[in-house]
Amino acid sequence: MMLIHCPHCGPRAQEEFTYERTRDSVVQLDQAPDVAMAALYSRTNPRGEENEIWRHTLGCRGWLELRRDRMSHAIVAVRPLGVQVLP
Amino acid sequence: MPLTHGVVTGTASHFPAKSRYSALALLRGALGGHRHWGRAWRAAEPKPSYDVVIIGGGAHGLATAYYLASQHGIRRVAVVEKGWIGGGNTGRNTTIVRSNYRQAPLQRLLEHSLRLWEGLSDELNYNVMFSPRGALFLGHSDADMTRLAERGDSLRAMGIDAELMSVDAVRRLVPLLDFSRAARWPIAGGLIQHRGGTARHDAVAWGYARAADNLGVDIIENCEVIGFTREGDAVTGIETTRGRIAAGKVAICVAGNSGHVAGLAGVRLPIESHTLQAYVTEPVKPMIDTVIMSQSLHCYISQSDKGGIVAGGDPDGFPSYAQRGQPVRLEHAIAQAIALVPALSRLRMVRCWSGVTDMSFDGSPIIGDLPLRNLHLNGGWCYGGFKATPGSGHLYAYHLATGQPHPIAAPFDLARFAQGRTIDEAGVGPMPQHR
Ligand SMILES: Cc1cc2nc3c(=O)[nH]c(=O)nc-3n(C[C@H](O)[C@H](O)[C@H](O)COP(=O)(O)OP(=O)(O)OC[C@H]3O[C@@H](n4cnc5c(N)ncnc54)[C@H](O)[C@@H]3O)c2cc1C
Ligand SMILES: [Zn+2]
Repeated sequence: MMLIHCPHCGPRAQEEFTYERTRDSVVQLDQAPDVAMAALYSRTNPRGEENEIWRHTLGCRGWLELRRDRMSHAIVAVRPLGVQVLP
Repeated sequence: MPLTHGVVTGTASHFPAKSRYSALALLRGALGGHRHWGRAWRAAEPKPSYDVVIIGGGAHGLATAYYLASQHGIRRVAVVEKGWIGGGNTGRNTTIVRSNYRQAPLQRLLEHSLRLWEGLSDELNYNVMFSPRGALFLGHSDADMTRLAERGDSLRAMGIDAELMSVDAVRRLVPLLDFSRAARWPIAGGLIQHRGGTARHDAVAWGYARAADNLGVDIIENCEVIGFTREGDAVTGIETTRGRIAAGKVAICVAGNSGHVAGLAGVRLPIESHTLQAYVTEPVKPMIDTVIMSQSLHCYISQSDKGGIVAGGDPDGFPSYAQRGQPVRLEHAIAQAIALVPALSRLRMVRCWSGVTDMSFDGSPIIGDLPLRNLHLNGGWCYGGFKATPGSGHLYAYHLATGQPHPIAAPFDLARFAQGRTIDEAGVGPMPQHR
């Protein structure tokens, strides 16, 4: 289990959060089709750290960006994400 | 394309008589205190080069090696495994085997595999304990029953067995289900595939390993692939913790590590690695003699031949290679199982574990070529690849030997994602956490 420090609500149990997708897979509306397709359908999927978008679904419902290690589950950084992730 | 009956399989005659397992050999062994049994496969040392190197000694990789040697006469083959064979998802899954999928390409693929399961113990001269005890989907509402009826119709049109069951028929088959009106998930009926069931997972890995070894395949354990050798856009071999090995073709078959291993060659895949857990209870007398699944829940329950109740639920829902699950997800899976079969609440859980599943972005496997020459992939089986083991190996071997996709595997190429031909059984798009 992970303890995630929501920048708005403080430390909360992982169960309150849901994983959305990787930060690099957000598709912008003006992207070329092959770039958008790569963003949607390919992942680095590292055995290590990755930037991920999560949501505090059962809390403030805010969007967050986590830098998280997929081997150890250590959370390296959390920052709030606002409208800038939206296309 | 209807399924053609009579899948081609080899014969058990690959085995020289002296190494065949038989009742007589067992009897003879009993007289001598069973001291004559040799190793089932050699501990091979890596050679400098092979025609085909298969990365990953799970059951899929071992089956691929076996069919390359037995069906295509390609015997300069190595299976390179970073740990011990069958120590990945092969040895961690809940062993459900069935072909009653919703979409035609998956029906063809898994039915091809099921027919190979039916003759597998004979073919390998190894008892894989394939037990067609029936695979039952429960329906909990009128809507569930409509969907199950539709699925049954499409399966029968494909020549695959499916029987829609009334509540009474389900009650006769699994009397321990909660049929009360107050049940958390009331039972409205079911759809059963009688030819589905379970098999002994370890035996599948060991049986394929022994049979492949017998045909000259080198099985190299404790050997991790850490890179590829290349000439331009062609892969020429692998770098491992036990040195460099040259290969005519390199076949990735590493389940949950597909993204990582393809990444070593600079290829990004529509795959994310997630955790799936399962658990088993103390052994009890026979109480569930079919495989129970559900149209509305991700909950599956069966009883092993040893008597333990084996069950699992939803994946953990976020990317991880930790091979370690969250207790809350397990609790959720157990709560579902107890709601369906209340008697399970009296059993003690003896073990739980997890595996790293290669969640593809349409929920279907990827079998075929990668953008680099001589580099191939068989992966993305998500949480459902055990049932596919014989078919997966058979079709991948065909591809590696002929350079062409087998017609049954052709729809599962990597190009389908860019071309909008995804085979999305659940209809949720590139969101593995919702599968
Ligand atoms: C808990 C759980 C329950 C499941 N239940 C079912 C079920 O009921 N029915 C069903 O059909 N499917 C089920 N599955 C899915 C099924 O287990 C997998 O799809 C299937 O086993 C994958 O086959 P494999 O042989 O490729 O995998 P594996 O056995 O995982 O083989 C891959 C091998 O590659 C090796 N490897 C990885 N990286 C490297 C490297 N760099 N170098 C060398 N070797 C490497 C690994 O060590 C591993 O041994 C379940 C999975 C899990 C985790
Ligand atoms: Zn919050």
